[in-house]
Amino acid sequence: MPFSRLLARARPVPVVLLALLLGGCSANWGWYVVSPTTTNGLNNLKFLLGGLQYTITLSLTAIAISIVIGLLVALPGISSHRGLRAFNRVYVEIVRAVPILVLILWVYYGLPQMAGIAISVFWAGVIALALSDSAFQAEIFRAGIQSIARGQYEAAHSISLSYRDTMRFVILPQAIRRILPALGNQLVYMLKMSSLVSVIGMQELTRRANELVVTEYRPLEIYTILVLEYLVLILIVSAGVRWLERRMQTDER
Amino acid sequence: MASAEPEPVIRLEEVDKWFGDFQALKGVSLDVDSGEKVVVCGPSGSGKSTMIRCVNRLERHEKGRIVVAGIELRDSRESVLAVRENVGMVFQQFNLFPHLTVLDNLTLGPIRARGLSRAEAVERAEHYLDRVHIPEQKDKYPGQLSGGQQQRVAIARSLCMEPQILLFDEPTSALDPEMIAEVLDVMGELANSGMTMIVVTHEMGFARKVADTMVFMDRGEIVEVAEPRTFFESPQSERCQRFLKQILHH
Repeated sequence: MPFSRLLARARPVPVVLLALLLGGCSANWGWYVVSPTTTNGLNNLKFLLGGLQYTITLSLTAIAISIVIGLLVALPGISSHRGLRAFNRVYVEIVRAVPILVLILWVYYGLPQMAGIAISVFWAGVIALALSDSAFQAEIFRAGIQSIARGQYEAAHSISLSYRDTMRFVILPQAIRRILPALGNQLVYMLKMSSLVSVIGMQELTRRANELVVTEYRPLEIYTILVLEYLVLILIVSAGVRWLERRMQTDER
Repeated sequence: MASAEPEPVIRLEEVDKWFGDFQALKGVSLDVDSGEKVVVCGPSGSGKSTMIRCVNRLERHEKGRIVVAGIELRDSRESVLAVRENVGMVFQQFNLFPHLTVLDNLTLGPIRARGLSRAEAVERAEHYLDRVHIPEQKDKYPGQLSGGQQQRVAIARSLCMEPQILLFDEPTSALDPEMIAEVLDVMGELANSGMTMIVVTHEMGFARKVADTMVFMDRGEIVEVAEPRTFFESPQSERCQRFLKQILHH
């Protein structure tokens, strides 16, 4: 199915926009702050939208890292070795217990002091989000891998595949197909949680909205735009994930 | 023949196996010569599958010795891998890789475990698909094939590794009746080609035609070993007589 058709299905967007336009006609709204027809409004709008690239880069980098860590933590979790399984449990339980906001603050303010290194806002955000998400990714991967029937491993053993090849060519491709909806969920979650990185000064969507509110005193309009930015971003991601799911399912049946 | 006994290609000596408190194999001993076809039967839970699964270490035996193609199965990775090089296995549930095409199912092992080039592996895969009579299905996915076709693909997948020994774990038990014959035919052809085979099955017609040796197991023990004619016409043990009666006159 072409991507454009899936986008066409994203009907909530026009509906919400319409509601806002109608609502925005009442006296309480002051859309001029973000109106593209005035210079100031246009600049404000550009400023707000400029956060998009940071939100996206931050989230994508973090999720890529968290998937890798998650997989590396999940594999010991399905080992027959007790110590390895214990490592998996300890990692998941500890990392999962730290609130993301707390982890962001700790990584940005605490880690440089402890390790004696300077760390940029961007990388502090990436590290904190990736770490926090990796515990959930590990559980998702573990569930996905455990859902694959034992016969698949036995067949792989019987044709002399190594552990690595068994995972790479037999188990993981099937597991990833099954966990794709959950991975999509995590990506959406990550995009939203990236707003927390605003507290350490990352110039992403939320931070920019906050800064503009301070100078323009129009929280209603500016935060509404912010809501819409996240909504559109996430609807596009959801459509993308669904498209991917459908494409991967066509070969298996 | 008067020549010295050839070394058996598979030797089980006093093999014990437990699942928790349940003893699945009790002092099982069996020799299989190169090219010999052994058919194993017995009631469910008698340890037939466990026994052949021990031969390529899908199950670990706790006591006794298992020697396959001159290699003793120990806990070391090397011995397990060396044994599996020589042993192919066909499963009741086929266990094909559902996300790969038939061709990729067949070439994965030869490419990754034997170091064949893609072209060589494809050539080999096509050769064996021919032998199991489904050359035209190579680009399909397992889910698009019938059960009988899937099992024949699974046999071809084992053959692509060019093993000395093939183990069959109830290969027709999951099949619809009309598909059993096509799989048994392929197995019969394989038997004629000189492959060493251990087949766990309840298909007694197949056993009569193909087996050199019949093995009857019950409650984790090998109760009777005989050539097919003796086995079917004058079984010695009472347990075996009862089993054959049940299975042949239902």
